[in-house]
Amino acid sequence: MSAPGDAVLEIQGVTKAFGEREVLRGVDLSVREHEAVALIGASGSGKSTLLRCIDLLEDVDDGDVFLDGETITDPEVDTVAVRRRLGLVFQAYNLFPHMTALENVMLGSRRAHGAPRAEAEERGRALLARFGLAGREDDQPDNLSGGQQQRVAIARAFAGRPRAMLLDEVTSALDPELVGEVLEAVRDLKGEGMTMLIATHEMSFARQVADEVAFLHEGRIVEQGPPAQVLEEPQRPETRQFLSRLLEAGRA
Amino acid sequence: MPSDRRLEREAAKRRKHRRGQAIAAASSVVVLGGLAALILTSPGWPEVRETFFNWEVFKDSFPDVLRAFWLDVKLFVLIELAVLAAGLVVALVRIARSPALFPLRLLAIAFVDLFRGIPTILLIFLIGFGVPALRLQGVPTDPVVLGAIALGLSYSAYVAEVYRAGVNSVHRGQRDAALAVGLTETQAMRHVILPQAVRRVAPPLLNDFVALQKDVALISILGPLEAFREAQIIESQLFNFTPLVAAALLYLAITIPTARIVDRMGGPEGAVR
Repeated sequence: MSAPGDAVLEIQGVTKAFGEREVLRGVDLSVREHEAVALIGASGSGKSTLLRCIDLLEDVDDGDVFLDGETITDPEVDTVAVRRRLGLVFQAYNLFPHMTALENVMLGSRRAHGAPRAEAEERGRALLARFGLAGREDDQPDNLSGGQQQRVAIARAFAGRPRAMLLDEVTSALDPELVGEVLEAVRDLKGEGMTMLIATHEMSFARQVADEVAFLHEGRIVEQGPPAQVLEEPQRPETRQFLSRLLEAGRA
Repeated sequence: MPSDRRLEREAAKRRKHRRGQAIAAASSVVVLGGLAALILTSPGWPEVRETFFNWEVFKDSFPDVLRAFWLDVKLFVLIELAVLAAGLVVALVRIARSPALFPLRLLAIAFVDLFRGIPTILLIFLIGFGVPALRLQGVPTDPVVLGAIALGLSYSAYVAEVYRAGVNSVHRGQRDAALAVGLTETQAMRHVILPQAVRRVAPPLLNDFVALQKDVALISILGPLEAFREAQIIESQLFNFTPLVAAALLYLAITIPTARIVDRMGGPEGAVR
């Protein structure tokens, strides 16, 4: 395997099976600095699994993932140190329900990055304000709307100053009218130059934010390129079929 | 101005409510009155009233029983605190995945199996009489201490399983999220999983403590003068069971309030009542 070039994230031949079910069958993908790559594909195509493999929440079976050239899928790697360099946002937010919004955002800074309380709090407040949540610092997640919860989750993942962020269908659990505010937060990250891998169902969003779109189909990336190319003039029949189904469902 | 339809609906609701109350009252009179009549007209009632509910005996014995009950109170408070800590340690050892803890994990499993599997009264007997027989230096021989240790072991085994169930009930997405923000497994347990687990198992934990509050009386088989034993002694002197009823009332005086706290905590939010 060649050493990765200037990519922040480089995925080479990653495979992952759960029992008999092969979810990833050799994924190759790279995300360069300041680049946002949208990962599209049908439900169950392995998008979440790929993101979880990158964040080392799942072990890959074969292949490797490189972060800034370092093999993070090496069995001997310090998984905790790697996760501290990445930010993962979950589809179902996974906020800590026993903590306030502010405490959710502060936890990583305090416990994982060893920031003093005052500093973590200052950063937490600033991040919540930045994502439109000023005044909601002391609310428990239960008292927040889905869109607000997901923005807290984005702030939480961003608080650790990650090298790259992994967004897993961050709008799929939301009521339609709440999708916009979360996408706005992601656009904000993109404006800041955050390197991102974004699993998404929102084709219009992929078109607006992503520099590259990668189509994951049956465990492999079958097509990758600029959004205009992949979404408007797909080369592969699988991609065309996927996009026309989305169009029929009114989601493209 | 509410519409007629609304007034009509509210009136119907009130009628329904009144009817429910009337039915509840009538059925209470029938059931409770029937029970009272059954007991009060039973052939043995005069003797039972004399030997179990004698007001003079109650007045005379109550101060002594109450004084002895103080030992029960002290015992269960101390045992409860010890059980909360010991149960947590056993549960955490059982949950931990570190290979270095493998032998401890086996011990924790054996601990739970052993102390949950032996009848509490038997355990108190075995420890209360067995440990002093060893005649080891520095090992307590006071029956109060040994009885407390036996009860503590038994309840720690139960409480460990309650904690473990609580930890397992926390959704795995919480662990994922904790790891994703960069916490270690230990930190994830301490800051994210345990706080949620403990909140969830607080009602069953308190429920176990209601049981412990009355099981303290079992220590009496080793001899300590706690409320039940004191009441028994008075009973055997006067040939009257009223002191035991007095002791029962004292246990109820602490178990019922605890039970109400458990009720108040209730099930998870949104549970069907």
